[in-house]
Amino acid sequence: DSSPLQRLPCLDAGHFLHTGSQAPQNLAAHLDNQVPVESPRAVSRTSESDPAKHGEQHEGQHYNIPLQDLKAVFPHGLPPRFVMQVKTFNEACLMVRKPALELLHYLKNTNFAHPAVRYVLYGEKGTGKTLSLCHIIHFCAKQDWLILHIPDAHLWVKNCRNLLQSTYNKQRLDQPLEASIWLKNFKTANERFLSQIKVQEKYVWNKRESTEKGSPLGEVVEQGITRVRNATDAVGIVLKELKRQSSSGIFHLLVAVDGVNALWGRTTLKREDKSPIAPEELALIYNLRKMVKNDWHGGAIVLTLSQTGSVFKPRKAFLPQELLGKEGFDTLDPFIPILVSNYNPKEFESCIQYYLENNWLQHEKAHTEDGKKELLFLSNTNPGQLERLCAYL
Amino acid sequence: MAAPCVSCGKAVSYRFFLGARVSLAREQGLWKAAAAEVQTGTASQILRLRHTTVVSTKKNIAALRRETYTLDFIKKQIEEFNIGKRHLANMMGEDPETFTQEDIDRAIAYLFPSGLFEKRARPIMKHPEQIFPKQRAIQWGEDGRPFHFLFYTGKPSYYSLMHEAYGKILDVEKHQNQLRAQGLFSEKTKTKDLIGSRWLIKEELEEILVEKLSDQDYAQFIRLLERLLTLQRGGAEEEFVQRFRRSVTIQSKKQLIEPVQYDEQGMAFSRSEGRRKSAEAEAVVYAHGSGRVSVNGTDYLLYFPVTQDREQLMFPFHFLDRLGKHDVACTVSGGGRAAQAGAIRLAVARALCTLVTEEEVEWMRQGMSGVGGHGCSHAVPECLSDSCSGYLKSVRRHLNVQYAGLRAPLFMLQNCNSIFQF
Repeated sequence: DSSPLQRLPCLDAGHFLHTGSQAPQNLAAHLDNQVPVESPRAVSRTSESDPAKHGEQHEGQHYNIPLQDLKAVFPHGLPPRFVMQVKTFNEACLMVRKPALELLHYLKNTNFAHPAVRYVLYGEKGTGKTLSLCHIIHFCAKQDWLILHIPDAHLWVKNCRNLLQSTYNKQRLDQPLEASIWLKNFKTANERFLSQIKVQEKYVWNKRESTEKGSPLGEVVEQGITRVRNATDAVGIVLKELKRQSSSGIFHLLVAVDGVNALWGRTTLKREDKSPIAPEELALIYNLRKMVKNDWHGGAIVLTLSQTGSVFKPRKAFLPQELLGKEGFDTLDPFIPILVSNYNPKEFESCIQYYLENNWLQHEKAHTEDGKKELLFLSNTNPGQLERLCAYL
Repeated sequence: MAAPCVSCGKAVSYRFFLGARVSLAREQGLWKAAAAEVQTGTASQILRLRHTTVVSTKKNIAALRRETYTLDFIKKQIEEFNIGKRHLANMMGEDPETFTQEDIDRAIAYLFPSGLFEKRARPIMKHPEQIFPKQRAIQWGEDGRPFHFLFYTGKPSYYSLMHEAYGKILDVEKHQNQLRAQGLFSEKTKTKDLIGSRWLIKEELEEILVEKLSDQDYAQFIRLLERLLTLQRGGAEEEFVQRFRRSVTIQSKKQLIEPVQYDEQGMAFSRSEGRRKSAEAEAVVYAHGSGRVSVNGTDYLLYFPVTQDREQLMFPFHFLDRLGKHDVACTVSGGGRAAQAGAIRLAVARALCTLVTEEEVEWMRQGMSGVGGHGCSHAVPECLSDSCSGYLKSVRRHLNVQYAGLRAPLFMLQNCNSIFQF
């Protein structure tokens, strides 16, 4: 195994004098780990695959998610580049990082009697907000919470065809396609709850179909999937029921929305007469806004801001005030902001090691100190940039 | 062809008469042709007078021969020029005695403003010697006997020049032999510094001699002059040779190095500027840091989302193996995205000169990466030259190498330890 040899160059006397800030960190990482052999796995990987047990000592290390779990917990929601990486490496490894650890700590100590606390992950582009969110979701799934995960709220405010007038409320508009896709994924993620939760009202879909009071939520979801015209209303019903029943104590509810700044702002959608549509007029957005209000208890709300898919927002905006706008900020007002920043040197080293282990970096100079310094400079320790750069090597 | 013809005939003859009065051969020809046409034409054609351009078949021999300007003509032109110069000076309110050629140029540009792009097409007023091409004076007398003794060689001035040069060589050698005979010959050869001047090119020599030369003639002449240079020579010969040398402006080899400055906290930094296309950048490089770069107040990752631009920033540090050792704060304006990146790169490279040893400055200039231990022997142009692209183009022509833009050094330095090569 060539992995011990890979570590040697940095300890080579000739190079030692030339290394900058990297070398002390490497040595520190080595000395910190209890493993006597200087194997890269000690730096970049950990065998602890239960997020509940992740702590400070695992910071910077990757943990493995079994692929079946992946399909069950994340039918949607992983960033597309990460999905490609999973497919290439045939394993899903997520790095444990400080913002996620902080959030986990808060979640472990949530008081379910109090109203749901809102946590907002924000940061510059490419720093790892979505993947931190996925880490949290994995934790909650392991803890048997009900996950209400909207992978990208921006998808609901742009590029929608087939807007229908809502059957429930004439002023609002339906988005049958998006709603049905989401319902399918929701069903995959939360199979076991759908039979447990019972609806508390009767819902009449049309002259022939209706859902009786007391029937399982799964029926509503089925109705939404099969009758695409009613999909948006089905989503609305699901959200309403879950909100009402989360305080009952049968289950804990996690509302996870990625790109929540799409809920307040502008849409790129227009009616047939070319007049613009405000987000409130979309039924999905309207119901989702009700969901992220903290007037229910028995769970938590974790939100992510994202400029990447957003419409009409400048590229460099990443602060909550900028991305949410006044309206959104006021609505979300008491929230806990968590900043997700670039890699620190230890995490950077760990990421490079992970790529090297998977033989992703093929360039012969990639494992040298100089090569790492170049990558560091070029990506400025931004995880997204680093991933894109390494794709070329 | 009765009545109409008569009136037209009269009209034609009247016009013909007019044409005769004007008495220019060309125009007569025109009307003659028209008259002929009318006479031979049909009724309908009579009323239409066709204007045909008549190409004169007689060759204009005077125009074919190159205009020879007689000496008197040139003298007259010079007198007129001088008088005109004084008039111009009076018009502009300046002193006629001290009216130089630059003043004339300025006055003409002011009095006759021209929007033409071609500078040579604008109105000029220069001394007749600069305007009329130099011509040889008549080289034979009234009896047909040529003045110059080498006239029948066909290139009298060239051969007389060669004769003169060879005569000088013989003189110098004779002088040396005499000195040697007297024992006063000293072996020391004081060679005048020939750097900074070049021999005349063939076109310039032709212009001086006012006759055409061939390449071999020119080469022979230069060889003769060089032979003269190798011998020890006195002042007169020196002067003779210097007539045939032109100075050449060389780019100064030394880069102006700013001294290191210290700011309030005692941190050592150095500031310098750089330009590329129409982007101007000013960079402040701190001697100790951790590799943070801020451009116009924002992080360089946000300012340059494209990897290529960040590579340009990386290159000076990477070249000197100082990645992550310096902090940079720079401001840039103008130009496009790549031009700004290039300008910052130049500014950073110049700023690094102060913080780096002399050797490394020289390495940078020649494009060799010395610290890494392996050098590139390509004459890759400098990181430091001003208006990189301009100089690159000239070197490219010199080296017959095709490459594009400032990515070239990365491409050429294939031996070096950069991961990113394109």
